[in-house]
Amino acid sequence: MLTLQYIPNNEIENLNSENKIRKLLSLVKEDKILLIEGRLTSSEEARLIESTMEQISKSFKGIEICTVYPQKKREVQFFDKLRKEVLNILGYRQGITIIGPATIIKDIKRDPTKIELLTRNNKGTRRNVIKK
Amino acid sequence: MLKKIGGSIKRFLNSLFKSKKHVRLGLYGPPNSGKTTLANKICKDWLGEEMGTASRIPHETREIQFKESVTIKSNGKELSFKLIDTPGIATKIDYEDFLRFNLNQKEAKERAKEATKGVIEAIKWLDNMDAVVVVLDSTKNPYSQVNITIIGNLAARDIPVLIAANKVDLRKANIKKVESAFPQYKVMGISAERGDNIEQFYKTLFKVVK
Repeated sequence: MLTLQYIPNNEIENLNSENKIRKLLSLVKEDKILLIEGRLTSSEEARLIESTMEQISKSFKGIEICTVYPQKKREVQFFDKLRKEVLNILGYRQGITIIGPATIIKDIKRDPTKIELLTRNNKGTRRNVIKK
Repeated sequence: MLKKIGGSIKRFLNSLFKSKKHVRLGLYGPPNSGKTTLANKICKDWLGEEMGTASRIPHETREIQFKESVTIKSNGKELSFKLIDTPGIATKIDYEDFLRFNLNQKEAKERAKEATKGVIEAIKWLDNMDAVVVVLDSTKNPYSQVNITIIGNLAARDIPVLIAANKVDLRKANIKKVESAFPQYKVMGISAERGDNIEQFYKTLFKVVK
């Protein structure tokens, strides 16, 4: 059985980066696929990968992660920078992040219009499509 | 935020006390994208010797490797850098994947253990780079979170980036897709193995590493 757990931003926004990553990884290690409101900062993503590597074991093979967030293609540089700063202040609330254990998620394929979540089951690979 | 400020101060001080033309140039990317093949090509072209061993087995490079001083020339200009080849960054490592490449259980487990350490080391070294070539396999989907995380971290540190869309000699290569995934960066289609477009790559490197 596949367990999806939704994590609203207010559940993790007050945690510091270390605690946020610890919480997310402990849930993933319970074989849950997390749908997180918003996204991690790039340094949190890097730290998440580091923590994942530190915890690789016989039963935990790592994670699959994918983040989607709205992006405007043609922006004036100044407004782009301003938007980046505003996003920093808001704590990256926009978008959605999917994190799951690599033992369950075979692959997450992202292209500009959709996310394909390929999960492993006893009968092989199942394709789940989430459209943006 | 503090990390970013610290990095900027470090780079500013380095620019004051070090020759601007001697930079630390890192090669980053996911496993098997051709980082070591590119490092070897650069070293062979300018030093006459290779840097490391490239392999079709993922995570062949599991430790940071570097050449202290590489000087490349283009249009009468010189650029010297310390070339740093990093282990491929991944979010999962399963020793069983290595068994497909005829490694025995012990070898596969050891390789997986070393690979996890290599990923951690590569991430830690991000703070030490002055410029980075992100090497991507142009036959694969560029929208992977590893690619986005690497580039996002470099952008957060204000480190200049050149994207090398490698393996353009292969039929499935799609440079346009890499360009559309990262429109704010210069993307150079190359074949590190065959040397396709490598002169143009060196010229672009001069522009990126100003």
